[in-house]
Amino acid sequence: MAIERVCVIGAGVIGSLYAGHLARDLEVSVLTRRAEHAEALEADGLRISGKSDFTARVRATADPAELPEFDLGIVATKATQLEGAVAGLTGRFPGATLMTIQNGLGAEDLVRTRGDWPLLSAVTFMSGVRHTDTHVEYELDTETWLGPFAGTATYEQAQEVEALLVAAGLRARAFPDLRPAQWSKLIFNATVNTVSALTDLPHVGAFAARDREVDLGNLVHDLMDEGKTVAAAAGVALHEDPWEMNVHAVRRGETLAAQGHYAHVPSMLEDVRAGRPTEIDFITGALVREAAKHGVPVPLHTAMYRLVKARECA
Amino acid sequence: MRVAVIGCGAVGSLFAANLGTLDDVEVWAYDLWQEHVDAINATGLRLSGAGEVVGRVQATADPAALPPCELGIVATKSQHTSAAMAATAHAFEQGSVCSVQNGAGNEELVAEHVQRVIRGTTFPAGHVIEPGHVGWDTRGDTHIGPFEPSAAPMKDVIALADACTRAGMPTHALEDARGAQWRKLIFNAASNAIAALTGRTHGQVAEPPTRDLAWAVMAEGRAVADAQGITLDLSPEDLFDHAARRDVAYGHKPSMLQDVEAGRETEIDFLNGAIVAFGERHGVDAPLNRALTQLVKGKERA
Repeated sequence: MAIERVCVIGAGVIGSLYAGHLARDLEVSVLTRRAEHAEALEADGLRISGKSDFTARVRATADPAELPEFDLGIVATKATQLEGAVAGLTGRFPGATLMTIQNGLGAEDLVRTRGDWPLLSAVTFMSGVRHTDTHVEYELDTETWLGPFAGTATYEQAQEVEALLVAAGLRARAFPDLRPAQWSKLIFNATVNTVSALTDLPHVGAFAARDREVDLGNLVHDLMDEGKTVAAAAGVALHEDPWEMNVHAVRRGETLAAQGHYAHVPSMLEDVRAGRPTEIDFITGALVREAAKHGVPVPLHTAMYRLVKARECA
Repeated sequence: MRVAVIGCGAVGSLFAANLGTLDDVEVWAYDLWQEHVDAINATGLRLSGAGEVVGRVQATADPAALPPCELGIVATKSQHTSAAMAATAHAFEQGSVCSVQNGAGNEELVAEHVQRVIRGTTFPAGHVIEPGHVGWDTRGDTHIGPFEPSAAPMKDVIALADACTRAGMPTHALEDARGAQWRKLIFNAASNAIAALTGRTHGQVAEPPTRDLAWAVMAEGRAVADAQGITLDLSPEDLFDHAARRDVAYGHKPSMLQDVEAGRETEIDFLNGAIVAFGERHGVDAPLNRALTQLVKGKERA
């Protein structure tokens, strides 16, 4: 497939980073949730600052019926808004390949209920800060990992998208099978996001501290061990050890903090602070469901799931 | 008889003011809040709410001013027990000292400073309204008994229970007060930590999605009590459901939630942390209580 037209579905921080970078060389359309967001993007373009610095022209609409044809659709909504966003694509864009970038598990299955597009699974470690509807700061220029989902797309298609993202100035890596990487991130997220949402702590050094029994790093370690047991029962050999990912991210955060940057606030903490529903059902919920499927007890993740669900109601 | 209340916040004031109505008891109070001390000395210590009381109490923020006392009642926040006892131990060289604080582990700290210690658990609750004036929110019983490793003589336990009961604070003198203490500890550990982490009231904690978690946390506490040979006097689960009733304390914010909302240090070490620590001493693992302790400790740093 020759990718010339890209549609980004969902213009949060991650969607905006893809749309802005890709729009420098390609025709990019954006599907937003709010009409005024689309109008602002049409009028002002999309400014990316931070690790990149430019303003790109994009086409934008909040009405899926107005979307032009595209070759690649990047589904970048929050997991909680995925269902509503893809409903408008039902049965359309038969020539397109779709890539899901949601946290946790289950996004691909949900998209498949709306059409039989070839699907790429992706996870991203990029992060940014939204300043306005038309200005996003590119904070962490880390990789997007992608791979074919369950035989619906090919490794070659994944490599093609990798090349596209890299040419656009982003970092990306294609895998023949994404599950090992997806599960590494799932276990990382199920732990770091829930601990952060409950303690109100950004992802700081305390997450890796294990000097005393009461130190938070011990809980992080125990939660990750539970998650690894589930991955093993599901037959997934992890791409990266989630604890190593945690230690690495914390050290990186400390280096950035020393340079005067703010510590990274995981999205689930942002959500509970803003009183929004979190992605808990797609992250910890998915892990707990997989554990039940394979008969693995996960008392700590079950406790975290219930606590975050309760905090959402408070 | 001379009694000193160490830590004259809400609970300490309930004891001090009520005891201060008795003719045969001279009541002293030690507290670091100078305005409170001055108000008590000027106009007496006033309670309102579940009872209207003005007690005669001699208050001081200077530990050296405390005279020798036959009995002491420690009612500071648990994290201040050691400092308060180090400052006031001189007053109890011939006396017995009773902790009426939350959780477990306070008697051990008291015993580092005085020879004769009484284990205590109290249910009445209140809140400070202004200096010299405390709201009495709920009445309830107090259970006291000798603290085995540094036991006070039973006659002192009985004398304290008698004075408190006559003053309007029903108090039971028991040979073994651990059953009452662990019943309240198990109940409190589940209610307080879950409320602090989720921002919900006691009644909401007793509902889904945290009801099963609360019961699992209490089951761990029961296992740790069993391993010590403690027979609970009543069921913490029944207490949990009773307190969750709309006509009892459904909307009550447990004190640990109030602490985290105010950015204060919590009593987690003496609640869930104590269940973990006593469990370790007796070979029982309490992983959910440990996780809650780690999370609340993390929240204290946020």
